[in-house]
Amino acid sequence: MTATTETAAPAAAAPSTRRPQRTRRNALAGYMFVLPFMIVFLAMFVVPLAYAAYFSLFREQIIGGNVFVGFENYTRAFGDEALWTGIGRVCLFFLIQVPIMLVAALAFALALDTGLTRLARTTRLAIFVPYAVPGVIATLMWGFLYGPDFGPFAQIAEAVGVGVPDFLGPDLMLGSLANIVVWEFTGYNMVILFAALRAVPAELYEAAAVDGAGQWRIAWSIKIPSLKSALVVCMIFSIIGSFQLFNEPQLMQTLAPTVIDNAYTPNLYAYNLAFIGQEYNYAAAVSFVLGLVILVGSYAFMFATNRRSRR
Amino acid sequence: MTATMPTTARAPRRAKTKRSNILTIAMIAAAAYFLLPLFWLVVASSKTSADLFSTFGLWFSGDFHLFENIRLTLTHDDGVFLRWLWNTLLYAVAAAGGGALLAALAGYGFAKYRFKGNRTMFMVVLGAVMVPTTALAIPTYLVFSQIGLADTPWAIILPSLVNPFGLFLMRVYAESAVPDSLLEAARIDGASELRIFFQVVLRLLAPGFATVLLFALVHTWNNYFLPLIMLNDPELYPITVGLARWQGQAAAAGGASGDLVPLVVTGSLLSIIPLVIAFLFLQRYWQSGLVSGAVKQ
Repeated sequence: MTATTETAAPAAAAPSTRRPQRTRRNALAGYMFVLPFMIVFLAMFVVPLAYAAYFSLFREQIIGGNVFVGFENYTRAFGDEALWTGIGRVCLFFLIQVPIMLVAALAFALALDTGLTRLARTTRLAIFVPYAVPGVIATLMWGFLYGPDFGPFAQIAEAVGVGVPDFLGPDLMLGSLANIVVWEFTGYNMVILFAALRAVPAELYEAAAVDGAGQWRIAWSIKIPSLKSALVVCMIFSIIGSFQLFNEPQLMQTLAPTVIDNAYTPNLYAYNLAFIGQEYNYAAAVSFVLGLVILVGSYAFMFATNRRSRR
Repeated sequence: MTATMPTTARAPRRAKTKRSNILTIAMIAAAAYFLLPLFWLVVASSKTSADLFSTFGLWFSGDFHLFENIRLTLTHDDGVFLRWLWNTLLYAVAAAGGGALLAALAGYGFAKYRFKGNRTMFMVVLGAVMVPTTALAIPTYLVFSQIGLADTPWAIILPSLVNPFGLFLMRVYAESAVPDSLLEAARIDGASELRIFFQVVLRLLAPGFATVLLFALVHTWNNYFLPLIMLNDPELYPITVGLARWQGQAAAAGGASGDLVPLVVTGSLLSIIPLVIAFLFLQRYWQSGLVSGAVKQ
């Protein structure tokens, strides 16, 4: 590896005004710093993925062991109703959960940034603190709170005399899961947006204030546009997160086994295929199809935002 | 409401600033929503299993049972909870510490050195965040079981060392926090590149490093999927998998009868305390680190 760097480095560094000997030494040092990370990345990321791509092309048979079947697992996945129902469900989940979470996070960040609220530090921490709570524990807590028999919401509803909403029933389950995820990640997104707001130069606001712009106007015309790139990042992370929904439904399954089936979300489906059904080959194909959906979704979103900003 | 105050502009600490009551009330209401489950957790941890099901969930019952619950949680099943707590700590510290160091080295390398493939490698690593967890975890499990690493602590630590977001943050941070002139000066003094990193650069990277460390710590501490598939031996479980197991046993035993329920609740409370404290104390670090990350997207 070092042999190729020695010859390649000067060419890459040609525009530099430094002496070639120094840049060559520099390039070598650069590789040295990057190498440990890249080795672990290769071993823990690239190799397993390549291996999965390879064995997704096989099928395990009772007689004859693994047989090469080409893209058969993928054709099966593309026609698999259970998988596409799950993908449809996480799409719906995304459409419910992400707008609520990001609008709330944006509103909180803007409100805190005005400096007009009391106890701003305390409220900011209170909103962020769920991020430090493991998803498993968040789901356990909300599972108790949702409980139809002894959960506090049910107790209140009963005391007031109204019907107890069935949070864990088939109609409300997706909303109940969305609420857990909103609870966990709104604060995290708020902190990112708040950090981005702090970086906007104060002169911009002062100039706007001199021109007679009020807080609403400043928020709408200066603050939100300057948050664009931070919002895009939040959005991409949200797309990836919602399509990979796993922990919350997997744990809710013990409370509502009839509502959450083994293919409730694509990740849950792949997990059950692999570790309950031992269908590793097909599970790998299913998770690659999911990866493709995530990739297409993220790029479609980035493409759309780029086009809009150019217009 | 706020539109009537054109002169207050930004300046949060300007004396003239008039506070808005409506905005304050709205924010406190929001904070209450985010604190509600945690409040419930504290209340529930203080109840006997009978009271847990028979008294109002959001207020304390007469019988304060918290310390007894803690004792029960820590001693149940020969103190397996303490074992889980120790495992979680071990996995989180090893993975986060190692991962943050790798990210700092590589982030600095990507930011400050020109070499062929610099940008390509960086973009490939960033693209990795799109890969679904199952797509990676299934083959990792198969590889690890073939080389005998499944069902060992390495199965959790090694995959968690890869931290693309940490690498991104460290690169952005190194670009702005490490002046080139300082590196040149150190080189003229004859310091080796490694020595420059450990004696000069690492100190400048400290706030960014703390951010990456803290978020990696949370990530490993909260990880559920990877240990769920990798580990069979309950002695190796982290807290997340252990509590989910207790919860499963409690649910299987029939919701209202399980004596395990108070243990799940109290165990949850005990396991979130360390992270909440870490975030409160390290606020200054992770917030400044995130600012630098958010500015340069």
